[in-house]
Amino acid sequence: MASFNRRRFLRDSLATPALLAAGGLGFSRLALSAPATGEGDRAPRLVLVLLRGALDGLSAVPPYGDPAYAGLRREIALGSPGSTAGALRLDGTFGLHPAMPFLQQSFTAGELTVFHAVATPYRDRSHFDGQDLLENGGLRPHATTTGWLNRALALPNAAASVRRIGARAKSGVALGANVPLVMRGPAEVASWSPSRLAALDDDTLQRLADLYSRDPVLSMRLADALSSDAIASAAQEAVRDQPSSGSNAVRAAPGGARYAEIMRATAGFLTQPDGPRVATLETTGWDTHANEGGSQGQLALRLGALDGGLRALRDALGVAWQQTAVLLVTEFGRTAAVNGTRGTDHGTGAAAFLVGGAVRGGRVVSDWPGLGAGALYEGRDLRPTLDLRAVFKGVLHEHLGVTAVDLQRSVFPDSEAVAPLRDLLRTA
Amino acid sequence: MPDLLSAAIATNRFGLGARPGELAGVAGDPRGWLRAQLRGSAVARPSTELPGSADILRRSMELRQDRAEAKREAAAVAIRLGAYLRPVYIREVEARFEAGLGASQPWLERLTQFWSNHFAVSADKLAVLGLAGAFEREAIRPHVTGRFVDLLRAAVRHPAMLLYLDNHLSIGPNSRLAQLAARRGKREREIGINENLAREILELHTLGVDGGYSQADVTAFAGVISGWSVGGLGPAAGARGPLAAISDEGKGSSGEFVFREWFHEPGAKSMLGRAYRQDGAGQGEAVLADLARSPHTARHIADKLARHFIADEPPASVVTRLSDAYLRSDGDLTAVYRALLDSDAAWQAGPGKYKTPSDYVLSTYRALQLPAESGRRAVLTFDALGQRPFAPGSPAGWPDRAADWDGSSALLKRLEWVDVLAQRVGSACDAATLGPAVLGDALGAATRATVSRAASGTQALTLLLASPEFLRR
Repeated sequence: MASFNRRRFLRDSLATPALLAAGGLGFSRLALSAPATGEGDRAPRLVLVLLRGALDGLSAVPPYGDPAYAGLRREIALGSPGSTAGALRLDGTFGLHPAMPFLQQSFTAGELTVFHAVATPYRDRSHFDGQDLLENGGLRPHATTTGWLNRALALPNAAASVRRIGARAKSGVALGANVPLVMRGPAEVASWSPSRLAALDDDTLQRLADLYSRDPVLSMRLADALSSDAIASAAQEAVRDQPSSGSNAVRAAPGGARYAEIMRATAGFLTQPDGPRVATLETTGWDTHANEGGSQGQLALRLGALDGGLRALRDALGVAWQQTAVLLVTEFGRTAAVNGTRGTDHGTGAAAFLVGGAVRGGRVVSDWPGLGAGALYEGRDLRPTLDLRAVFKGVLHEHLGVTAVDLQRSVFPDSEAVAPLRDLLRTA
Repeated sequence: MPDLLSAAIATNRFGLGARPGELAGVAGDPRGWLRAQLRGSAVARPSTELPGSADILRRSMELRQDRAEAKREAAAVAIRLGAYLRPVYIREVEARFEAGLGASQPWLERLTQFWSNHFAVSADKLAVLGLAGAFEREAIRPHVTGRFVDLLRAAVRHPAMLLYLDNHLSIGPNSRLAQLAARRGKREREIGINENLAREILELHTLGVDGGYSQADVTAFAGVISGWSVGGLGPAAGARGPLAAISDEGKGSSGEFVFREWFHEPGAKSMLGRAYRQDGAGQGEAVLADLARSPHTARHIADKLARHFIADEPPASVVTRLSDAYLRSDGDLTAVYRALLDSDAAWQAGPGKYKTPSDYVLSTYRALQLPAESGRRAVLTFDALGQRPFAPGSPAGWPDRAADWDGSSALLKRLEWVDVLAQRVGSACDAATLGPAVLGDALGAATRATVSRAASGTQALTLLLASPEFLRR
């Protein structure tokens, strides 16, 4: 197993002077065989999940109680709670898609808050501009080359609350081949993604580490890559020996096994002593223009995989779940009505989720505008009534301790009018 | 006296990496080798099998068929379009890969890619998928060694750019179309100015983000270029709803720039302190000419060129020098390139720029003298290394600093990729000979020693191609 070799390489190489010199002190501080963080580690964990492609909030969180809902959604409408394959009940108005039992369970346990009819300031309908704005935290696409989460991590007081002191400790980790815009900026972040390429053998790695020893950047990058890889591999191995609980269902869904792998790796990073406490994940495939499906079908499969992935994350985090908040957001919503190809087109108002042991949940936060003809935005979309930045600001303030002044000045410039939502976290 | 250090810099920093045997020919006069390329042309050899943008757009319109169907069966139409456009894209990727490997004027190839990236369109938008390659051939290559104003004009009037930044949907609020719609009581959302292209021309293509323009200038400029559109689009893509019927007005030839009078915001406009009273498309042309002459533009272009070829944070003196050359020559790009070659900073040895994935793959293939991969495989390769061809994902193009490319996960993938390649080549290639042949005197003693002590020929090759000298240029 390639991952195992890499782990061994890393462990063995701790004794190698050349690599120590190359990798710096951070290396020796990694206790790779250590189990998840001990009880003493109360640092908050934040996972930001970007649902790229515009998740259909009206299917993920169907407003079954809205009189216009069933008529607009016709063949893809979900039934009321209690009906066959109907929505899972949240309250008298809203339900959850039936493919998301873990989220309903979390809601009942008071660990899930749903936000509905949310949007960034973006009002056009281009994926790339919408995603850019979602991540840059400003008022228009491509306004900056840094992301709001990274800017928050770069603040001295925020950083202190999310990681302990360590010269080479990273404050964040991006699960993906590239660091997404939201995580780019002045704060150092790690990145990791599963590779389909064959792993290098230990001997070649050792020689490269030696060769890079005079090159501070490359030696640091290689050391980071290998430690990230080792953490991720260890996280996979830890569950390999355990009897599987609900994770078989996760594997059955498309991309389910990959979700589980990424989620376990995420947990591995977040529970590593001196490891990052903030992670980003990216998922795609939410652009359901055609044959979206109702209780079953394309979107149901994806939502099921996501729900299973979140369950896998909770399981892998162990006790650290109690300090964790997972925020799931998308660039915009989809049209209120089903289109001619049994799907939905780019819209405006969307749904977002905040789930985790640290969340003060069990409620749907929404100033529901309604789906009646006169209520729709531009006659077609769910009208946004809550600025997503209010959610971001609330989470950053209550969970990571970012001050109101910093939120205004460096994290979300031009957001004076957007007050942070309050009482989102238990710790608040 | 042959200068194997400058030859290595000429081929790596300004080219796409040396092929074995190439350095000797360059070493006699490295600067002369580059200057001579500037007297050539970046226009690719005529390629019969690659369709032009006019063909692509005509075929796309046929596939869209009638407007009613396009509306009703949007998904089916998108699938049909994708089935046609994706193979076009893949052939373009293959052609570009081959152009990079075969280039005997690699500096012109690098400059082509620089300008393609400066005027970025992105193939992740379906409308651009088939056109991105044609855009580079038609709008960029002919003007790489010409004047900036011509390059600017060709790029922003090309269908790929107009469609990418939605200028074909931009309708002036007082245009004839808007007035007609108002009389018929149509909903407002079908008529509107789209500032996308105007903003990007000012921010990305010419003045730069700190180039002293305001939101009012953007709005005025958007009005100036409203009506700049693409011929032969047909009603379905040109406008939405009931207004589509007359949007075919002045449609011109398929795939060519067309000015739609009905979409244009009429009247004189004032922007950047100047009044523009021209009629029709001439108004926008006048603005482009003025933008190209602006010292802000000179500075912006100089800064980007210096950053791309010399260092992430280039010396201010070099930027000033390039900017002066631009202004003195009225935007003659060759004069700017010459100024770049004449600066000492360009020839300094030592760790240079970290190669982009594209530069890394091309220089590796050139070093190993491998034939180009199939387009389909090439897409996978570049994608796995983080730089999907023609798809920077934003009008800002690919970023140009090491921090954007040298992430730890990205480095490991690069190393894994090159190791697989080395194993494929095996002992057919002697790394100890290849090192000096492609890196000349830029090859350091540590890498030389590491390569010579390798456990196998394959490992030696991996170590050479993963060395700090080869990862940078």
